[in-house]
Amino acid sequence: MIEEGVERRIAFRWAQPKRTYDVVIVGGGGHGLATAYYLAARHGISDVAVLEARYIGAGNSGRNTTIIRANYGVPEAVRFYGHSVDLYATLEDELECSFIHQAKGLIWLAHTETAMRAERARSLLNLACGIETVMITPQEAKGLCPQLDLSGGGRYPVLGASYHPRASTARHDRVVWGYAAAAMRRGVHVIQGTPVTGLLRDGDRVTGVETASGPIRARVVLSAVGGNVTALAGQAGVRLPIRTHPLQAFVTNGYAEDFGPILSDTELLCYASQTGRGQMLVGAEFDPQPSYSLRSSFSFLQSASAKIVHLLPFMRDLRILRQWSGICDISADFSPILGATGVDGFLVTTGWGTWGFKAIPAGGEAMAEVIATGRTPDLIAPFALDRFAADHLLADQGSTGTR
Amino acid sequence: MLWLPCSNCGRRPVEEFIFGGELRVPDEAIVDPAARDLDYVWMQDNPEGISTERWFHAAGCRRWLTVRRDTATDSDVA
Repeated sequence: MIEEGVERRIAFRWAQPKRTYDVVIVGGGGHGLATAYYLAARHGISDVAVLEARYIGAGNSGRNTTIIRANYGVPEAVRFYGHSVDLYATLEDELECSFIHQAKGLIWLAHTETAMRAERARSLLNLACGIETVMITPQEAKGLCPQLDLSGGGRYPVLGASYHPRASTARHDRVVWGYAAAAMRRGVHVIQGTPVTGLLRDGDRVTGVETASGPIRARVVLSAVGGNVTALAGQAGVRLPIRTHPLQAFVTNGYAEDFGPILSDTELLCYASQTGRGQMLVGAEFDPQPSYSLRSSFSFLQSASAKIVHLLPFMRDLRILRQWSGICDISADFSPILGATGVDGFLVTTGWGTWGFKAIPAGGEAMAEVIATGRTPDLIAPFALDRFAADHLLADQGSTGTR
Repeated sequence: MLWLPCSNCGRRPVEEFIFGGELRVPDEAIVDPAARDLDYVWMQDNPEGISTERWFHAAGCRRWLTVRRDTATDSDVA
């Protein structure tokens, strides 16, 4: 039993890289480390190396806004994220690591009849798939979030909302560290400061990776890269329907009152929650143009803060403490791309866009099963790369909370 | 912040524009017509570096322009 809110030291056992592994995972973020953990814990495969260019969690696992939810808009995604929410519920005990997992509930506001129809459809689809998302009145939303201005600053009156009680937040970097430490305890090698510079090929097969400190051979190479996946997959001759866009967020100074739920708004494209430190965390849509630059912009602060103060007037009195950005792999249909690539020995877990953190346990568990058994579990079969050729897209832009 | 060179309006802030995607032509090296269509419709070069793109000057002259942009630094290239 882990006491919530108590942070214990996490013990890492760093290893020197070998020349050969059964499995090499490129990218030491949540998805890469979770896959390594489940390979060792569920399938007894611990001859695994996770290669990280900088430090673990340096990418989007340490830059996201930590929301865990399953209120998606296509059945395949509702089931997948629902399973991830279930795994998160017991993950602190499984990893023996507290990451301050807090149930908060998510209120998704609607200001127009069109948005009300979209939220009703979401609610019905979620309920049909066994995920609780219910419609609530403006007064019920006010009851859950007393700080909410139901007139939307006079401009965006609230007509109603969908409410997803199981939504939660967790401390993202401790999720990464928890998976890393649990994988290391089972013999997985996690190697930081080691950028992968290329893929080793033998004919059509991928047989390992090239790094600055020499080649490393492997039976299977999994790309769990965030941001630079197009270039890495291109080395295997795999083309991806992905554009890399920056996503920004900011936090304010501490807000002394309690702010219970996660408040989200698909029409204004912004959302807010309170961090464990009491700061108000605000995110909005990703930058419209693709870019690999991690530079934050003043125009993002202007537009996001203008939107959020319409809904939460108290935020006028707070100050912005810091802002940051991450580079997100936005897939063409706003759903992830998981599994086989058509190239032997090379798998991907990518297209995690702005929705990857909540999927870390389910994505890692499923990719471990693909690597260990060679079979793709039904849960992720719809998310295969070949869906674009088969014209079976999982278009779900409206559920990402972004544009 | 990114400013884009519009041939009608001069250098204008990116907020005035709508991103129209990579400027692409079907890859004639792909022989199979279905595979070529798949690549043209869905796949992206998504380079970290110089990208040639279409942009629509929505809040200006309302014309399309072609811009060369460095995606590593998010700045335009003359």
